[in-house]
Amino acid sequence: MQVTVKIKRFNPETDEAPHWETYHVPADPMDRVLDLLNYIKWHIDGTLTYRRSCAHGVCGSDAMRINGENKLACSVLVKDLGPEITIEPLPVLPVIKDLVVDMTSFFRKYEAVKPWLINDDPPPERERLQSPRDHALIEEATKCILCGACTQSCPSTWADPDYLGPAALLKAYRFVFDSRDQGTEERLRIVDSNQGLWKCYTIFNCVEACPKEIDVTRWISALKRRAVTARY
Amino acid sequence: MAIFEHEVVVVGAGGAGLMAARYASEGADVAVLSKLHPLRSHTGAAQGGICAALGNEEEDHWIWHAFDTVKGSDYLGDQDAIVIMCQDAPRTIIELEHDGVPFSRTPDGKIAQRPFGGHTRNFGEAPVRRACYAADRTGHVILHTLYEQCLKRKVRFYNEFQVLDLLINPDGEVAGVVAYEIRTGEIHTFRARAVVLATGGYGRVYKTTSNAHANTGDGFAIALRAGIPLEDMEFVQFHPTGMYRLGILITEGARGEGGVLRNRLGERFMERYAPTVKDLAPRDVISRCIYQEIREGRGIDGKDYVYLDLTHLSLKQIETKLPEIATFSKIYLGIDPSREPIPVAPTCHYAMGGIPTDPDGRVYRAVRLLEGRDGNYQDEQGRWVTPRFELEYVPGLYAAGEVACVSVHGANRLGTNSLLDLVVFGRRVGKAIVQQLEREGRRLPALPDDPERRARQTLEAILSRSEGESVAQVRADLQQMMMDNVSVFRTAETLQQARQAIAEIRNRAERVRIDDHGRQFNTDLMEAWELLSLVDVAESIIHSAEARTESRGAHSREDYPKRDDARWLKHTLFYRYPDGSVELRYRPVTILPAEQYPFFQPKERKY
Ligand SMILES: Cc1cc2nc3c(=O)[nH]c(=O)nc-3n(C[C@H](O)[C@H](O)[C@H](O)COP(=O)(O)OP(=O)(O)OC[C@H]3O[C@@H](n4cnc5c(N)ncnc54)[C@H](O)[C@@H]3O)c2cc1C
Ligand code: SF4
Ligand code: FES
Repeated sequence: MQVTVKIKRFNPETDEAPHWETYHVPADPMDRVLDLLNYIKWHIDGTLTYRRSCAHGVCGSDAMRINGENKLACSVLVKDLGPEITIEPLPVLPVIKDLVVDMTSFFRKYEAVKPWLINDDPPPERERLQSPRDHALIEEATKCILCGACTQSCPSTWADPDYLGPAALLKAYRFVFDSRDQGTEERLRIVDSNQGLWKCYTIFNCVEACPKEIDVTRWISALKRRAVTARY
Repeated sequence: MAIFEHEVVVVGAGGAGLMAARYASEGADVAVLSKLHPLRSHTGAAQGGICAALGNEEEDHWIWHAFDTVKGSDYLGDQDAIVIMCQDAPRTIIELEHDGVPFSRTPDGKIAQRPFGGHTRNFGEAPVRRACYAADRTGHVILHTLYEQCLKRKVRFYNEFQVLDLLINPDGEVAGVVAYEIRTGEIHTFRARAVVLATGGYGRVYKTTSNAHANTGDGFAIALRAGIPLEDMEFVQFHPTGMYRLGILITEGARGEGGVLRNRLGERFMERYAPTVKDLAPRDVISRCIYQEIREGRGIDGKDYVYLDLTHLSLKQIETKLPEIATFSKIYLGIDPSREPIPVAPTCHYAMGGIPTDPDGRVYRAVRLLEGRDGNYQDEQGRWVTPRFELEYVPGLYAAGEVACVSVHGANRLGTNSLLDLVVFGRRVGKAIVQQLEREGRRLPALPDDPERRARQTLEAILSRSEGESVAQVRADLQQMMMDNVSVFRTAETLQQARQAIAEIRNRAERVRIDDHGRQFNTDLMEAWELLSLVDVAESIIHSAEARTESRGAHSREDYPKRDDARWLKHTLFYRYPDGSVELRYRPVTILPAEQYPFFQPKERKY
């Protein structure tokens, strides 16, 4: 089949503003959008610029807006999109070139929640024990590949670019609910704020967007409850 | 443009680079340069597990693990390094757990373990549960945890900096690296006392691969251009279960959980080839068996693939132990593996060969043979011995991870031994660097003259060309050529064809044209540069494979079907000189004394 791919392009060295370009690409229904981008780059226009690496949804490089939704280009297939495909960079973040956005602010929010295990006890000889039940509490959250699809789909982020956003809050959840972690207090101080947990109005865009099918809102809600109980 | 200074520069932010950085940062100022954001590294794609004889699920011992690794390597692995790795494995995994890796758990809260190909109890008796895992995203959780630990320790990251050259000064010491800042298009010099190459694999040399687009073998090529040889490049692992046509990996953990391979007749054919361990035979063996089935007309519909059958596993088992691959099958093949078998074929997966190092990750550029022999020999009692030799090191240079060849994997790597290799030897490199700095001081070595010259000239040449073939065309031809001639089965004829073809492809690769002549985020330019890495790697594989007239591990010569220890129990060292000529030298395998380690003596490899 033949598909029409419309891409929002921007070259910082020559363009004042982004513009749309249209490409006609031969495709198989089972092709990934990433295959289409590669086809364009390799056979039509080598200047098309985007990030990619693993090509099967595990590295988080290629989150972008595809037919109006934030998706990984390597995890959505032509058959699910139809013959007209529109591709734009992730919203809100500054565009560097074409589909490449500056993720600095996204990763700064991630770093803000102290994304590392905090436990100052001298480590035991063997592993710290963790029951399968405790492990199950955090397992889904550990699937996050930090692609940014969720945070950049959230109306709260659009309204306030400094809102921590679902990915960072999910990371905070992952550590607060890790039975081995002792950093709950310091993390709650960070997320229990106006630009943190309480800017989440459970709109569920993040859950829709997440390519790893993480129930982000559910875990953020659990973190909210934890923050409230910690206050009393 | 700018000159940056750090005591230690680590190139690559996968498991190996981050592990080295984490431990080096305990006593040094460390910078990590990576062409990808660290969390995009291909370590994150590792699915099945990381092994250690923890004995959490059943009795296990490091010596059993070492035996399996020696045998799995088809006796080409260096036994001193293998012993270190297997002894170090349990405490290194425990340290990872303490760092926060969310491993799957046993009912009593310990790290869970499962069986994996080639890992056995009691010297080959039956499969053993040795692979620690986090469902089927083990690499992902390790990568994230190591990055978290490096952030916590304030390691300095230069993300999207592509290293183009390694700097060695006229005294032969490492002086730093040259890097291209992708965002700005500027070339920078990084001075350092110690440099670690941890740039991962080269799977993109082949058309069908489980490897990421970024796995273009840059580190191999950079080392080669700096006069460092590449060891054992003929040994390329094809994983038996890549998704048909796509190459995306289905972890061996799927067979660890009970999955089986079937041919057109529905027969579980591995029972015929490996009666003891069956579908859990090592990868080289299974990949050959699959091609054998296909050649004899028992591929599915007579085509070039077979089935991986998980339909007899419980839905719960698939959902909890193999969720990612169930999702991949659904997305990319439209198949629900609990109901239908998955079409699979071998896919290029892993580089056993690489930059030669000792067990502390120190890179050497040459070997001095003290007994005049470059291979092992048998004494009067028929025991294999290692003739004495000395290594000539490159001061300050280290390598770790898939780009390095320690060599613990020899001619064939066992599943879950790579993640282990990354963390064990990455850690040792980090610690060795701290010791080096304490011993030798922190003075930064002098830079060679005009350090950025080669990098600048190479890029300018690409940018200035207005005519030529596209990168994609030349790359596709290279990948197809390697697939046709240098994959699972090889002969003198295919290798000779490949040798001629690569010379021509190199010519074309050096003359490609790109569309993007801008400075900022020019991935077109980087792809053109990476093509040159692919060519260097391919050439080293071809020459090393053509010379080795035997079959061992993943190197299977149809014209020399037997292993030939008398002539070939030795490591290959491939050199490429500035005039384009190449040379092969050899080095004995380190075999431990037979009195102490009788199980490690080479014998026929049966499963
Ligand atoms: C799909 C898949 C599944 C696997 N599953 C398992 C498993 O279950 N168990 C197991 O033990 N092994 C497994 N392996 C093998 C193992 O994952 C890899 O061998 C290992 O992760 C490689 O790690 P690394 O740190 O050496 O390199 P990588 O993780 O590939 O990292 C390379 C780094 O180098 C950087 N880099 C590369 N070139 C340059 C350059 N020119 N300049 C700057 N930076 C550069 C990259 O940005 C990246 O950060 C699997 C491999 C694959 C492909
Ligand atoms: S929660 Fe999902 S969408 Fe958000 S960053 Fe993680 S993987 Fe991406
Ligand atoms: S390329 Fe890795 S997630 Fe898409």
